[in-house]
Amino acid sequence: MDTGLIIEKSLLVLAVFGITLLIATYLTYFERKVAAWLQDRIGPDRAGPFGILQPLADAGKMFFKEDFIPRNADKWLFILGPGIAMFTALMTGAVIPWGPNIEAFGRSISLQIADINIGILFIMGVLSIGVYGIMIGGWASNNKYSLFGAIRASSQMISYELAMGISVITIVMMTGSLSLRDIVDGQHGSFGMGWNVFYQPVCFLVFFITALAETNRAPFDLPECESELIGGYHTEYGSMKLGFFLFAEYINMFISSAVIAALFFGGYNFPGMDAFSGNTLAILGTLAFFGKIVFFIFVFMWIRWTLPRFRFDQLMHLGWKSLIPISLINLLITGLVIAFNEGWF
Amino acid sequence: MSLAILTYILGGLTFGSALMVVLAPHPVRSVLYLILTFFFISGNYILLNAQFVAVVNIIVYAGAIMVLFLFVLMLLNLSKENEPKTKNVAKFAAVVASGILAVVLIAATKDTMILQSGYQTSDNAQGLVEGLGQLLFTKYVLPFEISSVLFLSAMVGAVLLAKREKQITNEL
Repeated sequence: MDTGLIIEKSLLVLAVFGITLLIATYLTYFERKVAAWLQDRIGPDRAGPFGILQPLADAGKMFFKEDFIPRNADKWLFILGPGIAMFTALMTGAVIPWGPNIEAFGRSISLQIADINIGILFIMGVLSIGVYGIMIGGWASNNKYSLFGAIRASSQMISYELAMGISVITIVMMTGSLSLRDIVDGQHGSFGMGWNVFYQPVCFLVFFITALAETNRAPFDLPECESELIGGYHTEYGSMKLGFFLFAEYINMFISSAVIAALFFGGYNFPGMDAFSGNTLAILGTLAFFGKIVFFIFVFMWIRWTLPRFRFDQLMHLGWKSLIPISLINLLITGLVIAFNEGWF
Repeated sequence: MSLAILTYILGGLTFGSALMVVLAPHPVRSVLYLILTFFFISGNYILLNAQFVAVVNIIVYAGAIMVLFLFVLMLLNLSKENEPKTKNVAKFAAVVASGILAVVLIAATKDTMILQSGYQTSDNAQGLVEGLGQLLFTKYVLPFEISSVLFLSAMVGAVLLAKREKQITNEL
């Protein structure tokens, strides 16, 4: 193992970790500003210019609150819950290709922590264990509302993971690889616009809806539905443990936007990218990727403050009776078209 | 060699967490230990260079089946006080059955030999997606298809059971 690689990867891990936390912090501010804008209010404007220090004030408040554990709670699992939520949220950033390779110090540096050949499956795997944070936390609280939240979260996750998996398989069939870098590079097209969304609009729609459900965002935020369940799975939580749960949701939102941008919107490909090369291309590509991510985060927020919450039976109906059949039919048609292009008929 | 040490540590952890599944006092904790065991098993797969199998193991077992297990256990809310009483005959039968299983396992593994020490990792592409796909769709295509039919029949059975219950309530 050469030392350069270790230093390069460690720096990249630190950078991705830091950027993820920074973006998640400012997403809380961004969300409140977007909400205020959509509701014709001003939003937070006291702490610093334009309220830009608001997230720091919120975090400070969270840190200095009493760290309380309910008497009848299962103590260790109660502590473990938010930890798992945060851990799984931070893990997915490892396989996302953040940009084209950078040439520096006489070596080509890949802006991806680990280009494992099953990248997209890794994301699905981490996503599927992410629900344990909510389930364990909700159950360990020993509170009926928390338990309801946990149960809702798990059934929702399981139902929507199927449709999400099928739509991912469709994209994998288009590219012929499970590696995220190959999927992104495969969308280069003729001038950087061969994005999957133009070939697979239905698949994109299904994936987007399931991503909303998997991140527990409105209109799918039934696990923490405040009008029925007080706070859902985090009813009993306070101080930074609650902060971890809320923070994990914002990190998940950032990561799912990144995955949507990478799978369907060409990742770091942008129109006219062939005119650039080397480090200019790498920087512009990374900026384009982050631009797409910010756009999808905005869409997530836009939807949250526009649509009312689903009822639970509507949620199950949508997942099992609409999304899964649609994605299956889409998969079948894609398979037939690919077989036709390969000259099977 | 570091890989051999890693193998032993991982094996010990797998064994320990599997033991804790049985020894844990609360069913929910048992399930959590079982999930941990699946993670360690996936770690063993990765040491064997079978990344695809490792991730699929996590997605299917740890991510889906165990979520359902936990779901059911949380709803049942089992504890020492309201544990259903089992008859002595049932306890005796359980001991006999597990004893027989232990005999079979020991009989099956007593003549095994260690062909090579440690894991063989170099150019073993069998566990990667391409190798596995090639095998599944050529050499093992018949068992693969038969197992999918088995899953289909299980699904049909589940749907049938759910439907029948509904009809009975309608008649009442």
